Amino acid sequence: MTDHKPDVDEHSGTETTGHTGDGIQELNTPLPRWWLFIFFATIVWAVIYMVLMPAIPALPGTGMTNTLGTRGYSDRALVAQELSALNAERSAGASALVSASLSEIENDLSLQQFALAMGESAFGDNCATCHGAGGRGAKGYPMLADDIWLWDGTLDGIETTLLHGIRHTEDPDTRQSAMPAFGRDGLLSDKEIEDLVQYVLSLSGGSKDAAAISRAAPIFAQQCAICHGATGTGNRQIGAPNLTDAEWLYGGEVRDISLTIHNARNSHMPAWQGRLDEATIKALAVYVHSLGGGEK
Amino acid sequence: MTANPITSRRASFSFSIASVCLLVGIVALGALFIAANAADPMMGAHAWIFFFLTTTGLLFTGFWAGTLKDRNPFEPAFYEDTIVKFGVAAAMFWGIAGFLVGLIIALQLTFPGVFYFPELGWTNFGRLRPLHTSAVIFAFGGNVLIATSFYVVQRTCRTRLAGGMWPWFVFWGFNLFIVIAGTGYLLGVTQSKEYAEPEWYADLWLTIVWVAYLIVFLGTLWKRKEPHIYVANWFYLSFIVTIAMLHIVNNLAVPVNLTGSKSYQLFAGVQDALTQWWYGHNAVGFFLTTGFLAIMYYFIPKRVNRPVYSYRLSIVHFWSLIFIYIWAGPHHLHYTALPQWAQTLGMVFSIMLWMPSWGGMINGVMTLSGAWDKLRTDPVVRMMIVALAFYGMSTFEGPLMSVRAVNSLSHYTEWGIAHVHSGSMGWVGFISFGALYCLTPWLWKRKALYSKALVEWHFWIATIGILFYIVAMYVAGITEGFMWRAYNEFGFLEYAFIETVKAKHIMYMIRALGGALYLTGALLMAYNLVRTALGHGEARDDEATPASLPVQSPTLQPAE
Amino acid sequence: MSLFNRHATLERHSLLLTVGILVVVAIGGLVEIAPLFYLENTIEKVQGMRPYTPLELKGRNIYIREGCYVCHSQMVRPLRDEVERYGHYSLAAESMYDHPFQWGSKRTGPDLARVGGKFSDSWQLDHLMDPRSVVPDSIMPPYAFLAKKTLKFEGIEDDLKTQRLIGVPYTDDMIANAKSDLIAQASPNADYDAEDALVARYEAASGRKGTLRISDYDQNPAEITEMDALIAYLQMTGTLVDFSTYEAGDLNNRR
Ligand code: HEC
Ligand code: HEC
Ligand code: HEC
Ligand code: HEM
Ligand code: HEM
Ligand SMILES: [Ca+2]
Ligand SMILES: [Ca+2]
Ligand SMILES: [Cu+2]
Repeated sequence: MTDHKPDVDEHSGTETTGHTGDGIQELNTPLPRWWLFIFFATIVWAVIYMVLMPAIPALPGTGMTNTLGTRGYSDRALVAQELSALNAERSAGASALVSASLSEIENDLSLQQFALAMGESAFGDNCATCHGAGGRGAKGYPMLADDIWLWDGTLDGIETTLLHGIRHTEDPDTRQSAMPAFGRDGLLSDKEIEDLVQYVLSLSGGSKDAAAISRAAPIFAQQCAICHGATGTGNRQIGAPNLTDAEWLYGGEVRDISLTIHNARNSHMPAWQGRLDEATIKALAVYVHSLGGGEK
Repeated sequence: MTANPITSRRASFSFSIASVCLLVGIVALGALFIAANAADPMMGAHAWIFFFLTTTGLLFTGFWAGTLKDRNPFEPAFYEDTIVKFGVAAAMFWGIAGFLVGLIIALQLTFPGVFYFPELGWTNFGRLRPLHTSAVIFAFGGNVLIATSFYVVQRTCRTRLAGGMWPWFVFWGFNLFIVIAGTGYLLGVTQSKEYAEPEWYADLWLTIVWVAYLIVFLGTLWKRKEPHIYVANWFYLSFIVTIAMLHIVNNLAVPVNLTGSKSYQLFAGVQDALTQWWYGHNAVGFFLTTGFLAIMYYFIPKRVNRPVYSYRLSIVHFWSLIFIYIWAGPHHLHYTALPQWAQTLGMVFSIMLWMPSWGGMINGVMTLSGAWDKLRTDPVVRMMIVALAFYGMSTFEGPLMSVRAVNSLSHYTEWGIAHVHSGSMGWVGFISFGALYCLTPWLWKRKALYSKALVEWHFWIATIGILFYIVAMYVAGITEGFMWRAYNEFGFLEYAFIETVKAKHIMYMIRALGGALYLTGALLMAYNLVRTALGHGEARDDEATPASLPVQSPTLQPAE
Repeated sequence: MSLFNRHATLERHSLLLTVGILVVVAIGGLVEIAPLFYLENTIEKVQGMRPYTPLELKGRNIYIREGCYVCHSQMVRPLRDEVERYGHYSLAAESMYDHPFQWGSKRTGPDLARVGGKFSDSWQLDHLMDPRSVVPDSIMPPYAFLAKKTLKFEGIEDDLKTQRLIGVPYTDDMIANAKSDLIAQASPNADYDAEDALVARYEAASGRKGTLRISDYDQNPAEITEMDALIAYLQMTGTLVDFSTYEAGDLNNRR
């Protein structure tokens, strides 16, 4: 069990170490110079970097924290700086937004351009999730690019909606209203609801079931008209939709409408005050207003 | 010490069988107890799987031991090669399973409407992704490592594996762990710690298996008949020892109930995060790197029949590699709530890791000097050298991604996925394929592989597959990274998140195609290996085994 | 060269080699991880953090079980675009009761650290039932089955006790009332006393008002489902810390 004698490899002319493992030999080639050089260079660089940056934790019991580095660097300080620089860059526009009234913004071309850019940017990650890209809407989430408004399509109305949300119970100024769950709470029978569905459909010309319609008419007048109006054209004071326009928030199938009457939807839009700043909300109002259906 | 040779031998091999059976028996009883009292259905299912598989193992062992009479199944004059054959088969099986799941999850991201099933929660991306990562790393990679380490340590120490029955416990125990881990993901049993997802009881079982692995490996080193421990074994040893340390610390958790599957991690928040990535990074370092470098250090010189390029480089890069690797974990947590000082350490050590990593590549590639023609003539050698090229690439890229400024762009994006797969498909995959192509004819004593042409096909299809995969993901990653931080002329974010998702669609398609190619290559390989083992085609051997191949020969010849 | 000769000692003694490896690989982890347990400035001083309510904890466990973390990070980095997109960067304090942490490593979907309260419960429900019904380009899997699975919480006290064992400040009161708290949080208007008790308990722990929401998250008052729990968890993520009192400029908090 002794080492093999060091030998010289014919091809490379280098000595072998004399050890073998399953016949595999090892050359005694020196470390490649370039390799060693780069290795040392990385070590030197590491030491320098560790002097510049927070790097070495203190031992326990010393009451100290860690070396802070000579550069005084901090991600958190830096991002605060960057954000304030960004805000300074935008501040001309943003503070103009804050001080101007919404209609002033819309009438000033450069302000409006700025507001639209700001609004579009905020819309993508905050609103489009529900209201779809470009405000095209989704089932249960109103389209914002048309001229049908549940609550208020004026600039100020939209801003109020954004600030306080809809049925956002944590906000006392939220837009509030609640359609009763007629079926679930036993206010109407299944049969009556079935008839009402036909009646609601007929308002936009979608049903010809005369018997059902006439049975439902008095119920509608008694139960629904307070909110949706005697002719079903809705009431924007309380966000009760127009039922005569063949545009459906929750779908126009029999199943959808019957579910609405049975359970009521009373859906919820978050309030953005607090989450988004004032300028952003104003910009969003202008942006939404511009999508196509803004009202005066 | 003049005991009757027959009875003492009987006693020594019976002892290892009996001790394995005792341990497995205790576990089986425990599993039965838990199965009967399971606090949740997942634990019930797992306890039954444990019980069923351990008792099956016991029955088999019992019958087999009964047929032995006085024949020592662990005859020290021969190498233990059957277990390596099992390892090769298991690696091939799990490899294909893991690549297939990879392809499925790639398709899910590409065509969500087709590959998701709203009512089948267990088919969702969130559950299949850990199945993929564990299947390729632990099931495929782990079996390759166990098989090759058992093969290599015996040859380079000129002695049979130590421990008699215990290596078999390691092999089957590890594969049982994989079954538990994999079924667990589908059932929703997970600790959510990447690459350490299995729950506390699977972790405990793996700890037992791993300690047995360490002892078997060390025991074999102890009784070696070569004075020096060969460099491949340093790497295997560091892999086994370090994984044991990492596994135990990262999996410290308190089960809610001893008969239930759920546990809560001992550490929380920042401390848990750093422990996790100390583990996660070194799962890369010690499972996917040192383990596979060990393979490289045996199979490349053996295959090309040349000495290892530099013994000195082996020493320096080995110790610097393992020392520095451990520090680099925080590069997974740049810009997070981890204190900055730790991020600095993670970054500088990652940079210093560059040359130690390349030491392995240099030693592997330069071993070919004097045999460069093999690159042309032997596709298996080419595969292993390309593996080293990918290794070099991802260990250059890794330090680059560890620079905080670069990481602020690459982190969270598909760039990371590209990096992972150039390392894993390129380096881990190809070096493993090379080893399996070497081992199969050696183990089954065939004069060659069934078809060299198929190896060529495998090589090219898989190489193109990797290129499709990683190029697509680099493009996707850098695109989304820049889109996330893009500002428009007014100083506002330019893109919504969902637009960045949409932008990656085509790249996802190309990635899936790349994955399909890679899987196809692996299927060709499996076919080739099976036909080789059966002795078909070019593997057919009418004469005696040629002398150049290692034979299952008595090992007691001393090293001259 | 002598160094290389001396290496032979290690190559000849497997135990020495093993110990050598162990020592060499132990150092880095010790130096990096141990200080996080004793350095004062590791976790910021904040107001508002409280343990998860039983329902949120259950939801969090479902989040883990379903592997949401493979696509969603919960860690807003202090980078300009992230703070603008997702909100205030995440603090270490915000995950101090997270066993295990959920920071994530890949953003196939957006960061969720501050998703709490950003959308309505019903949007969360619609989205989890079928992501593409609300976000047509989404590649997120559907989780409709959660709405059908009744939440199992017989052993919820054990969960809280285990968490307390590892340092989460659950009080005896919280543990004793875990079941009724869980039910109350998902059943508005069912039992006002239980609701008040729940709110009082957890607001006291957080030291501020408004850190607890009660809702029928899955809009199915008939039962408490896994969907209820998951949405309850999502709706509270990132909402606890009171940033109005947080001293971002304090040297210890800047790091
Ligand atoms: C969680 C989903 C959700 C998000 C996010 C959301 N909304 Fe809404 N929004 C709704 C719902 C639901 C309604 C309809 C409420 C109702 O039934 O009255 C609504 C209504 C509105 C209305 C009133 C429409 C009308 O017809 O009067 C406006 C304007 C509006 N949203 C704008 C926005 C903007 C701008 C944002 C982003 C800052 C936004 N929404 C984010 C769900 C959402
Ligand atoms: C207290 C006021 C109120 C009463 C009474 C009421 N509604 Fe409503 N209704 C609403 C509100 C508000 C909405 C919008 C809800 C939302 O946006 O979630 C609505 C929505 C609807 C819709 C959905 C429209 C769409 O576009 O999808 C239908 C249909 C409807 N109501 C029918 C009825 C019928 C039929 C009755 C009587 C049986 C009735 N409503 C009684 C307030 C009321
Ligand atoms: C395959 C990856 C994937 C998985 C798994 C996944 N998601 Fe998502 N998630 C996405 C993508 C992509 C989006 C963005 C598109 C959208 O809104 O659907 C998203 C969006 C979201 C959002 C909206 C966030 C925002 O700010 O717009 C929430 C909340 C969410 N996911 C929760 C979850 C939960 C909870 C789970 C697990 C039960 C989960 N996700 C699993 C990919 C995923
Ligand atoms: C010098 C060597 C290496 C360094 C310094 C390094 C560095 C990195 C960095 C910085 C990341 C983090 C990406 C992020 O999340 O931002 C990463 C991720 C990863 N790397 Fe490497 N890498 C190296 C080599 C390798 C090799 C050879 C492999 C594969 C065999 C590999 C596999 C991985 C994996 C799997 C991840 C993903 C971890 C996760 O987020 O789940 N790395 N690496
Ligand atoms: C057919 C070949 C393969 C395909 C199609 C494939 C596909 C995928 C996909 C789609 C993901 C998820 C990416 C994401 O979340 O965005 C993934 C992740 C991963 N894969 Fe693969 N893969 C393949 C082969 C491999 C191999 C051979 C390995 C390792 C040996 C591997 C290791 C991993 C790892 C470690 C991750 C997690 C990365 C991270 O967390 O950052 N994959 N793979
Ligand atoms: Ca684990
Ligand atoms: Ca419910
Ligand atoms: Cu790493």
